[in-house]
Amino acid sequence: MYKIESKIKYAEGLYGIWVDAQYVAEKVEPGQFVMVMTHEKGERIPLTIADYDRSGKKIFLVFLVAGKSTAQLADMNEGDELFSLVGPLGKQSEIENYGRVVCVGGGTGIAAIHPIARSLKEAGNEVISIIGAKNKGLIFMEEDIRKVSDKVIVTTDDGSYGRKGFVTDALKDLLDNDEEEDIARVWAVGPAIMMKNVALLTRGYNVKTIVSLNAIMVDATGMCGTCRVTVGEETKLTCVDGPEFDGHLVDWSEFMNRLMRYKPQEKIAMDLYMKRRQ
Amino acid sequence: MAEPIPPKERYRREPREMKEQDPKERIHNFNEVPLGFSTEDAIYEAQRCLECKTAPCVKGCPAEVKIPEFIDLIVKEDFAGAYQKILETNSLPAVCGRVCPQETQCQGNCVFNRTGKPINIGKLERFVADYARNNDIRPQAIVAPKKNKKIAIVGSGPAGLTCASDLVKAGYDVTIFEALHRAGGVLVYGIPEFRLPKNIIDHEIEGIKAMGVNIVTDFVVGETKSLDEIADEFDGVFVANGAGSPKFMGIPGENLNDVYSANEFLTRSNLMKAYLFPEYDTPIKIGKKVAVIGGGNVTMDSARTALRLGAEEVHVVYRRTKAESPARVEEVEHAEEEGVIFDWLTLPVRVLGDEKGNVTGMECIRMELGEPDASGRRRPVPIEGSNFVMECDQVIDAIGTQANPLVKADGMEKNERGYILVDEVSKATTRKGIFAGGDIARGSATVILAIGDAKKAAQAISATI
Repeated sequence: MYKIESKIKYAEGLYGIWVDAQYVAEKVEPGQFVMVMTHEKGERIPLTIADYDRSGKKIFLVFLVAGKSTAQLADMNEGDELFSLVGPLGKQSEIENYGRVVCVGGGTGIAAIHPIARSLKEAGNEVISIIGAKNKGLIFMEEDIRKVSDKVIVTTDDGSYGRKGFVTDALKDLLDNDEEEDIARVWAVGPAIMMKNVALLTRGYNVKTIVSLNAIMVDATGMCGTCRVTVGEETKLTCVDGPEFDGHLVDWSEFMNRLMRYKPQEKIAMDLYMKRRQ
Repeated sequence: MAEPIPPKERYRREPREMKEQDPKERIHNFNEVPLGFSTEDAIYEAQRCLECKTAPCVKGCPAEVKIPEFIDLIVKEDFAGAYQKILETNSLPAVCGRVCPQETQCQGNCVFNRTGKPINIGKLERFVADYARNNDIRPQAIVAPKKNKKIAIVGSGPAGLTCASDLVKAGYDVTIFEALHRAGGVLVYGIPEFRLPKNIIDHEIEGIKAMGVNIVTDFVVGETKSLDEIADEFDGVFVANGAGSPKFMGIPGENLNDVYSANEFLTRSNLMKAYLFPEYDTPIKIGKKVAVIGGGNVTMDSARTALRLGAEEVHVVYRRTKAESPARVEEVEHAEEEGVIFDWLTLPVRVLGDEKGNVTGMECIRMELGEPDASGRRRPVPIEGSNFVMECDQVIDAIGTQANPLVKADGMEKNERGYILVDEVSKATTRKGIFAGGDIARGSATVILAIGDAKKAAQAISATI
């Protein structure tokens, strides 16, 4: 059903896979995600769609090994089939011609920002992309991002490639030099702490910032409520109301607390898997 | 073959009770609580039936199961025949035999209620279905000539499965679209293993598939394709996606880490089998002291699941009293036997937590009963100044569900609460060719009422499409 057509290893623990997924490929728009189960006893995990091939009925997913489920996914190879894959889920990004926009992708968020940047470009925007990771090895899809951006800034935490520092440093410079104040909107996708810091930064410049929340999910159709998050004064479900929200309105401490809920169990599962795998 | 017994003896004979797992044992496992009837038990109980010509029991059954006839076949020891007899009108006997509120339906209408000894119809239905499963007796599908019409069904819960099997028997090509990776809807994600073992549902679904129903899992109508697209591709649609969106109290602290909706708690445990973690990958929080808010069957399911997962103390916190609780008596009794503590007349007002989001307690207020409200039940009124803090490290909101807004179509009207408006008899929506039933049309209710709706919709579809 959901056969892995090809697999790319970008770095240790960082992979991209093209997967057969007819229905998803036909319908997906930027900003949406799928739920994946590697095997019958597996978890349902959300993965953002990094690219798609409508005529080839395939979608491209990028993931970093962070626990048992992603470790199992990394152990799957071309020709293997995922047990379950469903989507496209969530609301699509609000794409319009805003003028000048900045797309910030950190870590695996580089993959998620790609279709958003492409659509923004197609809609006539001037797209500046900032992509960042810990080190050079973890920068990937750079060429894809360049193709859909007017300008690309690469940052690495250790300075092994591009500019040394965080994506927020590069973004701050852009905003400081934006004398015409024509940066209309910022998109930020990456680890929660990065999205939070981007939102904190842009608030000071009063630039609307859209973030894509990587909440824990189970069914991802609005049934369980595990992905709920406070946005403004309201409780929203990331799976059906999001995953994109106004970063200035997200209750970040609540969101980040909720991401930590299963850390002890995740460690137990991962340790057991690694032991069996040896 | 067992002999019928004289009517006098039928009046005299005491009902056969079903053995249950000992509460002390069962709180440590997820095995089924009632252990089922032996053949001897079933015949003994079946012989009590008066086989009333008027069959008031059948009038109490939304699926119109031919009750006196299948009971008579039990007496004749034709258990396979009894199975086929039930299947003529109900495709989910092993499910209904377990989770229907028989005391207010078939059994509630039994003439023996006069003597306080109604026939245990549900237990007999369960016996017949279990016998069929254990002896690999398959449904004898009497399928009408093909109509060459395609019907889509949204959701594979009790309503969807029932409508599908009725329509496939009538000669339609039927496709069910299920959002999750496994068919069964609330039967697999909502009702716990100890009330409804999942292999039983799988068996009934296999039977429905064997009749020719096509089930497409991993397909969210409203996302993967819209209902409008589905309606264009098919000759008719039955929408039965349930009312699976969680309701929260709306009190401060409800987004703390250890606050669950019952939907989440039960889905993790039932569908994802978190109770078997780490053999299964999905985790679940095992609280030490758990507060479950609500008073319905789902509240009891959540409380009893928490106990089995290993909680030291489980409280049910309900603003009314036991008398007003909408749960089945049997469910409350089972929970009591297992050691669940009931805090009646108690209303949570705030969940308390630390800076990491862990729950540390729940502030509640004591209630008293006032004048009857719109539901006819005495309205609970807070007692001023009676606030207190209940220590707990996990809270489960089990106060009900609401309509999931994902499934919508042009011209298909909903009421102000998001439920689909339908004609009471035909289950037709305001959009031609689309029918709806079960919780998404009636609000949260029972499996058997959903089955009843599905049967009406199947009849209307057969008559018009």
